[in-house]
Amino acid sequence: MLQQAFNGLVSGAFYALLALGLSVIFGMLGVVNFAHGAFYMLGAFGAFILLDSFGVNFWIALPLVPLVLGTVGVVLERLFIRRLTPLDPLYNFLFTFGLALILQDLVRREYGVNSQPYPRPSQLSGSIDLVVFTYPAYQVFVLAVSLLVCGAVWVVLTRTRVGMIVRASTERPELTRALGIDVGRWVTPVFGFGVALAGFAGVLAAPMRAVNPLMGADLIIVVFAVVVIGGLGSVFGSVAAGFAVGVVSALGNYYVPALSQTLVFILMAAVLLWRPAGLFGREEAFR
Amino acid sequence: MILSRLAGRPVLLTVGLVLALALPWMIYPPIALDIICWALFAAAVDLLLGFTGLLSFGHAAFWGGSAYCTGLIAVHVGVPFPLAILGGAAFAAVLAVPIGFLAVRLQGIYFAMVTLAFAQMVYFVANQWRSVTGGENGLQSIPREFFGVDLSDPFFFYYAGLPFILAGMFVAWRIVRSPFGRVLVSIRDNPSRARALGYPVDRYKLLAFVLSAALSGVAGGLFAISHGFASLQEVYWTTSGQAVMMVVLGGIGTLWGGAVGAALIVQLNDYLATAGFQETGIVTGSIFILIVLLFRRGIWGTAQALIAARRTRKQPEQNAVPEREAVDAKT
Repeated sequence: MLQQAFNGLVSGAFYALLALGLSVIFGMLGVVNFAHGAFYMLGAFGAFILLDSFGVNFWIALPLVPLVLGTVGVVLERLFIRRLTPLDPLYNFLFTFGLALILQDLVRREYGVNSQPYPRPSQLSGSIDLVVFTYPAYQVFVLAVSLLVCGAVWVVLTRTRVGMIVRASTERPELTRALGIDVGRWVTPVFGFGVALAGFAGVLAAPMRAVNPLMGADLIIVVFAVVVIGGLGSVFGSVAAGFAVGVVSALGNYYVPALSQTLVFILMAAVLLWRPAGLFGREEAFR
Repeated sequence: MILSRLAGRPVLLTVGLVLALALPWMIYPPIALDIICWALFAAAVDLLLGFTGLLSFGHAAFWGGSAYCTGLIAVHVGVPFPLAILGGAAFAAVLAVPIGFLAVRLQGIYFAMVTLAFAQMVYFVANQWRSVTGGENGLQSIPREFFGVDLSDPFFFYYAGLPFILAGMFVAWRIVRSPFGRVLVSIRDNPSRARALGYPVDRYKLLAFVLSAALSGVAGGLFAISHGFASLQEVYWTTSGQAVMMVVLGGIGTLWGGAVGAALIVQLNDYLATAGFQETGIVTGSIFILIVLLFRRGIWGTAQALIAARRTRKQPEQNAVPEREAVDAKT
């Protein structure tokens, strides 16, 4: 039981990291990034390619891959997304959908649909004794890192000047601009940061999840449900819902295996029925 | 009055009907069948996207749900295939009620996310409920029962299926041109004003969603019968995406544009598959991105705009008339 809950926390760590990037991007740009799952997949493949072709290990891939993907995100924002942001948000959704199709099939063309092996870093290959049960060290590491990153983003957003600007531009872009802050300047780095977070989650996933071209597409739809549950436009809500959905799904899977994949959507339906704006969402976000 | 309006645009109507009838002579009949199924599916998606302002990214649930239901009815009950398709469409409509009820509470892009999520739920159910749906193998050997008439030749089956598509298209057109359809357009353009005028906006959206799902169900059911099987692909999110892609390629809010998009994309996919190119997403994704970036009116929409521009240039003194026609041409 406790162990199931812990499994749930670990998968929740991935939901949380992805939901965090998604909602930070959404807050700043009003863009729902369908390609977020594709970037997560690219993160895992980036780590795999680095190890397979260049012998670069996990510890270097962990900062390097997100950096590269973040740069790609910056370029994408500058070249394309920027041109569509003033239009109806659905165009950016469709644009990133097309992008996701391309990225996914490009990788599929190169590596096929089979999963690629990625070994755990040797330092984390053992198990850790967590008093009530022992647990693979790598999973504990993933959970700790994810909590750390989410916490760090939270601190940056609430306690620093940069975070203040980002939050202000998210809530009242016009007013922030009137106060003499160049809102447009922050849009590109925020998008790049969100994409880098997806890549980071992808590298973390490589040693414990199957590395294949479809790993991101199915995950991102669950993350959409997580974001809806957590609250539309709420960064804290997305992260909290990420972990919560992870735990609830794992426990649900344990007690009612038939519901293992659908439980998150049932949760979403319940939340929509009870609080359409999500658990931590602001009312204005939905109407 | 409806028929007279339809007859009022004889050229387009004749060209459309002739094309629909001649299609299996021009291209490989199974592909022709795919095209007309997708054309109705795209029209159903456009009914929401173009005329109600709701981007549903989960219509695969209704297309695929109906494909499975139609198949199950045909396999287990053995009724003539038109009844099976109607059963599938009814199932799609019933499925759309709870999904639509929850989804219309959200707006804009959230509507797309929620419909996508619910469609994925339907996908997982179809995947896990192996005893009924056949899981990854799909539902196989769906019969084409029709009072003992041999319809195994796709060429003849095309003509057996075409009436469903034409009826579905007519219904879609009828919805758009009805007072109900006008309310939908007003909801698309200004939901607060529609609400202030006393229209129950959410209920209108829900009804439009259910109608659209039923039409998708007709298309999906016919698709399942024509292929003889229903697979998980039918309920997968890429199917929803493909329908939206056809609508955007043809032109959002043009209703018939989706048929043009369907014809192009089905043929392109077929061409790529014959050429041995499996990763169609690279090509279709690139086309999609280009349309979204540069060509947002789509093919039909661009043609309409060009015609409208020519008319206004020709008769600048009769400004009022072309404008009215432009509104008519929209539907």
